[in-house]
Amino acid sequence: MSAILLEVDHLTKRFGGVTAVNECSFEVQEGSITALIGPNGSGKTTAFNMITGYLKADSGHIRFRGDLIERPRPADLYRRGLSRTFQQARIFPELSVEENLVIAAGYSWRQLFGRRVSRADQDRARQILAEFRLESLLELPAADLSYGQRKLLEFAAVLMSNPKLVLLDEPTAGVNPVMIDTMERHIRERNAAGVTFLIVEHDMQLVMRLCDPVIVLDQGSKIAFGTPLEVQSDPLVLEAYLGG
Amino acid sequence: MKRMITRAGLIRAGVFFALLIIVPILGGPVWLLNLLIFTVMYAALSSSWNLLGGLAGYPSLGHVAFFGIGAYAFALTFSGSVGDGYSPFLVLPVIGIAVGLLSLPIGWVSMRTRADVFAIVTITFLFITQTLAFNLTKITGGAQGASVAAPPFDPATYDWPFYYAMIVLLAIAMGISFYFSRSKIGLSLSTVRADEDKAHGVGVRVTAVKLIAFAVSAGMVAMVGGVWAYYIGFIYPQFAVDPLITIGMVLMAFLGGRGTLWGPVLGSFILVPAQQFFAQSFGASQLYLLAYAAVFLVIMLFLPRGILPSISDRLRRRRAAALGAARDAEAHTADAVTPEEVKA
Repeated sequence: MSAILLEVDHLTKRFGGVTAVNECSFEVQEGSITALIGPNGSGKTTAFNMITGYLKADSGHIRFRGDLIERPRPADLYRRGLSRTFQQARIFPELSVEENLVIAAGYSWRQLFGRRVSRADQDRARQILAEFRLESLLELPAADLSYGQRKLLEFAAVLMSNPKLVLLDEPTAGVNPVMIDTMERHIRERNAAGVTFLIVEHDMQLVMRLCDPVIVLDQGSKIAFGTPLEVQSDPLVLEAYLGG
Repeated sequence: MKRMITRAGLIRAGVFFALLIIVPILGGPVWLLNLLIFTVMYAALSSSWNLLGGLAGYPSLGHVAFFGIGAYAFALTFSGSVGDGYSPFLVLPVIGIAVGLLSLPIGWVSMRTRADVFAIVTITFLFITQTLAFNLTKITGGAQGASVAAPPFDPATYDWPFYYAMIVLLAIAMGISFYFSRSKIGLSLSTVRADEDKAHGVGVRVTAVKLIAFAVSAGMVAMVGGVWAYYIGFIYPQFAVDPLITIGMVLMAFLGGRGTLWGPVLGSFILVPAQQFFAQSFGASQLYLLAYAAVFLVIMLFLPRGILPSISDRLRRRRAAALGAARDAEAHTADAVTPEEVKA
């Protein structure tokens, strides 16, 4: 049951003279909620961008569900079941909440020429909004949502395609405490339903109660890996966070 | 904004096209029909441009190249004889499809860039096309121009077939625009316009929908170019591939409202007559261009997103305010929502 879903192998990215991610390797086990933490500038988001095909790696490669991904491209990966959210909650503000969900559900070539929002699309969108208790927002333009609601909407949208692995980039940054609890609950529920998560997060309390294992990056390299407890007492991690 | 076939929408379109259709039948001065031909032509061009520039957010400044290619394709096909004069119109769809296919590689290359760079790449394409039209003298006749055989139409109603052809093209362009906005193509194009990188990330078939929009838009513009060449009868590179035509389509869509169904039409029905009026009142001098620009600047200053979106925004805000007031009144009577309820 503990198959490796995502394998990151010696990934490297340099920006000019700065090596943002340096020979970074780690694995994400199927069914886990894995955390990727590290001080600011440790290369977490850069690693995310390479894994999801938004940034071309200088060297190294990734395997997803056992397949080597030669040229990671966001849309391909999305269809294979790997999706992500962004740190700044990227949604389509001009579209309605419903349309934001529908477009993320994916469509066949035939559906491309079909209705903008079909009856089946409506049902799916309603279903997930009910799960997120956001039914009342269905017809609103996404531009009218609060920041926390946008984060929830982006999260709900990436779930529309039934992904295997979801990468969340700081899912609770900048949202109120109630919303953090809501987000945590949804992650747990989805995880129980079989979705694997890889999460970049700065809220350590959340990481410690939600995630296992935890991967720690510092200056682009993995410096620790283990259960939250192990990582917390790791001298390298303490040094990276507190400075040495 | 619900995009449904509403009765109001059907009536609006029906009345608009009925009015256009009866104008020649009611009679009226010759200049009016002539003005209307160019107004409807620009409405069709601008609506076609809007499929790419408005819906997908790729502001092509090179579309007149497809107009010119369509014009030359028509002129070269019918330089000898046009038969009864009506059958050449039936060749237009062939020209449209051919130019649409031809535009695919151009679209594929140019749409690897975005926004301002895309605009510049497409301008370059415009000038390459114009230079080719000047220099491929064996095909185009170069600066000597190319002529279309004159159709044997009754002089009293000579303009009618061209006018109705333009109306049909406008109806098709608006029909496609409407269809796009009601299908997943339009939904996908909206995401491309709003945030193309994010669109990739939710599995939108970005390249495919961009190319569809590009090719359809180019093919439509080429058909309009064909009718134009037929009407004018004699075409030169500097007029068939005239940057001012590109500017016209873009300005009219901007003025009326990019990405809307009626915006380009509205823009054309304001700007083309205005241009003609200023050209006439300022005589042969180029002063009319200043007046034309002034009109445009004033509208852009006050309605930067175009007339229709600005109006519908204002309506929506007023409605939302009214709704908000009603909701506030309700909230005062009902209990405030507690955090627990939000959480649940």
